[in-house]
Amino acid sequence: MTHHRRTSVTRAVASTLVIGLTALGLAACSGSDGDDAPGSTADAGSPEGTDDGTTLTLWTRAPLEKQANLLVDAYNASHENQVELTIVPNDDYVAKVGAAAGSGGLPDLFAADIVYVPNWVEQGLFQDVTGRIDQLDYADEINPGHLEAGTYEDAEYVLPFVLDVSVLFYNKDLYEQAGLDPEAGPTSLTEFAEQAKAVDELGGGVDGTFFGGNCGGCLVFTWFPMVWAADQDVMNAEGTESLLASDTAKDVYATFKDLVDSDAVGAGTRDETGATWVAPFQEGKIGVMPYPATLLSTADETVDVGVAPIPGPDGGGSTFVGGDGIGISKDSEKTDQAWNFLSWLMSEDAQVEVLAKNGDVVSRADLTDNEYSSADPRVVTINEAAASGRTPVARNFQQAFNAPDSPWLTLVRNAVFGDASSIDADNDEITAVLSQ
Amino acid sequence: MSVQSAPSSSRRTGHQLPPTGDAGTRRRSGDAPRRRRPGRAQSARGWAYAAPTAVFVLVFFVLPVLLVGQMSASDWPLLAGNQGVNFPENFEDAVNHRFFWDSIVFTLKYTVIATVLLIGLGLGFALLVQESSRWKSFLRTAILVPSALGLASASLLFYALYSPQVGPISPFLERLGLVDEPVSFLGSPDGALWSTVFLIVWRFAGFYMLLLMVGLQGIPHEVYEAARMDGASRWQTFSRVTVPLLRPSLALCTILCVTGSLLAFDQFYILTKGGPDNSTITVVQLIYNVAFQGQNDLGVAAALSIIVLGALVLINVAQVRGMRAPEEK
Repeated sequence: MTHHRRTSVTRAVASTLVIGLTALGLAACSGSDGDDAPGSTADAGSPEGTDDGTTLTLWTRAPLEKQANLLVDAYNASHENQVELTIVPNDDYVAKVGAAAGSGGLPDLFAADIVYVPNWVEQGLFQDVTGRIDQLDYADEINPGHLEAGTYEDAEYVLPFVLDVSVLFYNKDLYEQAGLDPEAGPTSLTEFAEQAKAVDELGGGVDGTFFGGNCGGCLVFTWFPMVWAADQDVMNAEGTESLLASDTAKDVYATFKDLVDSDAVGAGTRDETGATWVAPFQEGKIGVMPYPATLLSTADETVDVGVAPIPGPDGGGSTFVGGDGIGISKDSEKTDQAWNFLSWLMSEDAQVEVLAKNGDVVSRADLTDNEYSSADPRVVTINEAAASGRTPVARNFQQAFNAPDSPWLTLVRNAVFGDASSIDADNDEITAVLSQ
Repeated sequence: MSVQSAPSSSRRTGHQLPPTGDAGTRRRSGDAPRRRRPGRAQSARGWAYAAPTAVFVLVFFVLPVLLVGQMSASDWPLLAGNQGVNFPENFEDAVNHRFFWDSIVFTLKYTVIATVLLIGLGLGFALLVQESSRWKSFLRTAILVPSALGLASASLLFYALYSPQVGPISPFLERLGLVDEPVSFLGSPDGALWSTVFLIVWRFAGFYMLLLMVGLQGIPHEVYEAARMDGASRWQTFSRVTVPLLRPSLALCTILCVTGSLLAFDQFYILTKGGPDNSTITVVQLIYNVAFQGQNDLGVAAALSIIVLGALVLINVAQVRGMRAPEEK
């Protein structure tokens, strides 16, 4: 009896020690820093990479789920290599990538919101693919905004995964009911405000417009183009100084302050943290609002959508060329196979037969006119907007604009929901963060 | 107090004393109890019993704390890893963060509100379900059910309930004629605070009721009988008998509640994200923001964590001291 008990105790101690040591090993792993240099692969491999039945892992964030699924399914169906896709909620993506980067556990391929790409490239999360990109026949046709964001010290690390541009969506049915021309969207912010108010007059749960009033990223995506449309910049070229207190920018804030004050915005605008900022339009309750073009096919299911470029205060038009860039991670040992996915992604098969077919913007200038885009004039509008759009580049972009406690959000909220007296001081606060 | 501590202490000594009849007398006369010196085998067994706990504490508490300590003294960006020593600077940056004092003030305010409400309501409910016999089990279950829901799920539920787009509460209040226009629960700093407090009270009141109920049931009937025979009023019975005898349970609840509230995160992360206008940033939320939402600086975040850890230790020590029964002081 005693003997029996002792052995079981010994066994318990031994197994506990094993468990403990395993956990210790894990802890040691996650504690290691990720400063091992990314493999230099700038000039290796064939233009197509290797297709030998390897399993690749790919991470992307939830807003681009639809496009990512379409692309991965099409690739898996036509290749030996198989891509395993992991979709991560938008808010958790940076934390997840950061933790994986620290422990050397990044997937073979991962996409990143293009505004984070400059910082992530600088931190060495991606492998250098300059040589491989140069081997592509159509290297010069790839969207320059995304390539530039992924360039650090003259080396290129990132290709465009899915382009997402912001355009005005308007509800044609509501426009007709409000006595507006359903075939012509607003051409200036003044018209935008007038038409929003006209739709708002309809009442019955319908509102003029909507925006993510507590969502820095949404506001960047939808309001920066209004400043660019007037040929004004939002930051200096280095991304270290904010220019968001210009007269143009103040006109933009004033337009929305007027809409808020006259109650032409949807319920919850002020509190919208970005989780549901696209929902009210899809429910058919909103007249006109700047919207991500990637959601055209989704919104089309419930609403008769009209599309127009985002105008400036006095006309013009521009867009935020956002979306995600994609690269091969520093931790991947399957560089040739991962490149096979990237080179296919840039091919006509992926760009036209997957993305354009779904109504998305293509990443190559030579493919903007294709059989699918010509069928839908709205896609032509979106493609034209993408050509004249911009991608802002700043190292501290997330902290200055996207974070929930960002100074940009403070500026907008003071300017639109407050008394608009502190725009200049708030703008200095953005500069302080950008120049850190 | 003595009623409860007596049996446990006698059990403890009784186990170690040899089962001789004169042990009790010798102890009473002031001699040190004679303990059998444990043999080597017994001492090894003792170590073996303690080892699993010790290993777990070492692996899952001591080592992580040491790692956080190292982080707090290092320049440690989220994406780049350890970049070398950065000792006082991390703590300076942490204290000088623009939301450092705001978050502390807000966290303390929230803690006071939550603790007062939760302990007060918990005690009230506990007395209620003890007194009424007819609705007892129904009430008890009804109050306790929300505790079965995870805090994150509960927060999501309330996010939907409060939502100006799909939430049913605002239209309901409008229909009742209590308000004229849609209520924006999370739209103003005070609204966001009280909406979150409401969620927390809904979620946790049952839990504290349960703890206090157990405490109440531990109070012997004789004490109440004696009080009744002495002609004590209801209020006197409550304040002179119930509360003093409930002291250990109240202390436990207060410590749990204060610590939990100081470390509040899930509910604010889901409901408000620190908004509107950065008015509901708790200390832990600030740590999370510094680490993962923009600044991405694990060093400063770890420095903040160390500061919070130190503050928690101090607060808990003070609470344990303050809650001790007078005769133990």
